[in-house]
Amino acid sequence: MNEEVLLLKGNEAIAHAAVRCGCDGYFGYPITPQSEVLETLAEIEPWKTTGMIVLQAESEVASINMLYGGGGTGKRVMTSSSSPGIALMQEGISYMAGAEIPGLIVNVQRGGPGLGTIQPSQSDYNQATRGGGNGDYEVIVLAPASVQEMADFVDLAFELAFKYRNPAIILSDGVIGQMMEKVVLPPMKPRRTEEEIAKECPWAANGHGLKQRGVNVITSLELDPAKMEEKNHKLQEKYRQIKENEVRYETKDLEDAELAIVAFGSAARISQKAIEIAREQGIKVGLFRPITLWPFPQEEIAELSKKLKGILVVEINAGQMVYDVRYAVEGRVPVKHYGRLGGIVPDPDEIIEVLKQFD
Amino acid sequence: MTMSQETTNMSEDIICQENLVYQKPSLLNDSPMHYCPGCSHGVIHKLIAEVIEEMGMEEKTIGISPVGCAVFAYRYIDIDWQEAAHGRAPALASACKRLWPDRLVFSYQGDGDFACIGTAESIHALNRGENITMIFVNNAIYGMTGGQMAPTTLVGMKTATCPYGRDPLIHGFPLKITELAAQLEGTAYVTRQSVHNPAAIRKAKKALRHAFENSMQGKGSNLIEFVATCSSGWKMSPVKANEWMEEHMFDFYHVGDLKDK
Repeated sequence: MNEEVLLLKGNEAIAHAAVRCGCDGYFGYPITPQSEVLETLAEIEPWKTTGMIVLQAESEVASINMLYGGGGTGKRVMTSSSSPGIALMQEGISYMAGAEIPGLIVNVQRGGPGLGTIQPSQSDYNQATRGGGNGDYEVIVLAPASVQEMADFVDLAFELAFKYRNPAIILSDGVIGQMMEKVVLPPMKPRRTEEEIAKECPWAANGHGLKQRGVNVITSLELDPAKMEEKNHKLQEKYRQIKENEVRYETKDLEDAELAIVAFGSAARISQKAIEIAREQGIKVGLFRPITLWPFPQEEIAELSKKLKGILVVEINAGQMVYDVRYAVEGRVPVKHYGRLGGIVPDPDEIIEVLKQFD
Repeated sequence: MTMSQETTNMSEDIICQENLVYQKPSLLNDSPMHYCPGCSHGVIHKLIAEVIEEMGMEEKTIGISPVGCAVFAYRYIDIDWQEAAHGRAPALASACKRLWPDRLVFSYQGDGDFACIGTAESIHALNRGENITMIFVNNAIYGMTGGQMAPTTLVGMKTATCPYGRDPLIHGFPLKITELAAQLEGTAYVTRQSVHNPAAIRKAKKALRHAFENSMQGKGSNLIEFVATCSSGWKMSPVKANEWMEEHMFDFYHVGDLKDK
């Protein structure tokens, strides 16, 4: 039964995967193009099967603070939204990072700024990979490029979030969220018992075993600057460990490549098609796809650049990840950017035209 | 008998376990409180500690502290706490209770937190009938940031941001959010209390126990507003602040139960 192949939208896959990987609670607010996550959960009623609770909150502000509260008790909790809603959540994400609370936030991106458009975009890259809220902090960011990865990254994001006591984001977009593909859902994993939560999260504020362990307080506040600096150093050390251990990426057709396209998510899918066509035309180009956008595969791209004549960064934005690529490449080879804006996705032919501009 | 001998005799003969009629709840620890002299928070904290202890819920309680004067509530009552962002305590409490239905969950907020920046979270948690208790301390002023106008500042009352008195034409009217809460289908118990004298403290404790018990029995959401003083913000002695509260605050914020389903 676990190996059953289904045809699902990316948003639906996220919902089914959540129920199957021991998620305790989902809190969300409708927004296009991600509403199917909450709709699917409401339809499958996981509270009747696994006991997972699902709540439509009054706003994205409330949703993320429900995540803070639920995550602070050691539960596996998640929310999903799209760009303007994620903007509203930044306060809560900063508090979660400061108080070191695990939780999963799914962003099915749409074009901006402001209310923008309901069409797909990748223009929240900077927001996701640069903290997004106030203070010095980082969020683990996973970028799925298929419906299968939408399903697979739910458990991975939870595992990383709890391993490092840090919020994690699945940075998707309207293409991946809305498109239908074949998907094998992850095997059923039971929700943790109270004892298992107490063992995994001895820091959690849920009352369990208080008399033995002492009081647990979840807070991001520290008024003594010396202690606050120490707390910040501790966070930075954690981020250093995440950078060391958790970089993920995928490569394709790079063995003989003279050029590489660096792209994530749906831009990587489109680029893959462009690479197929370009290779038929004799252009030796391959794909480097960062899967973790933070931590960014900086060293891997630096190494790769030593074997290439040029790099094209394809994004559905005005040029955001391209700065991380240029930082990694340190001027060794030309790094160009190609992107479409306002909800328009690039066409493979447009990408090939830019590839032809490299000397 | 000299005075000192009398004192010595008292401590030896009278202060023994069987003669004690009052002691500090053990959940209230010995950390020196940062509250100003005459502040109502300390008494309310004590009542919370007493009721949790009397209900035997020490290991089954989750408290949500606010941003404002009570931000450090977690330093004084030895239970598990989460410190929320400004206004968001009811959202945290809602999630905690839904994920841990056998826990006693309460939020603790001031007027700016509960009735201004967090109005949406407050009203919606109340109206969803979350099985939690929301404690709302209304002293009609922003204490921690230095005495600015609150959503509950009385008309004519002077604060740092309405130095000539609250003028409805400029600042709008004080918000009776507790009356609003009483109208909501999701609320089980809505009451307004105070802690300015022993009789009021006894009544307030009963109200707190009732609200906590309701929340454990799944009756819906519970709101206790404490009309409170802020000697520092009001620029009055503690005694004068109590008198001023009785004279002015109670006139607008009537003390008593507004709803008990």
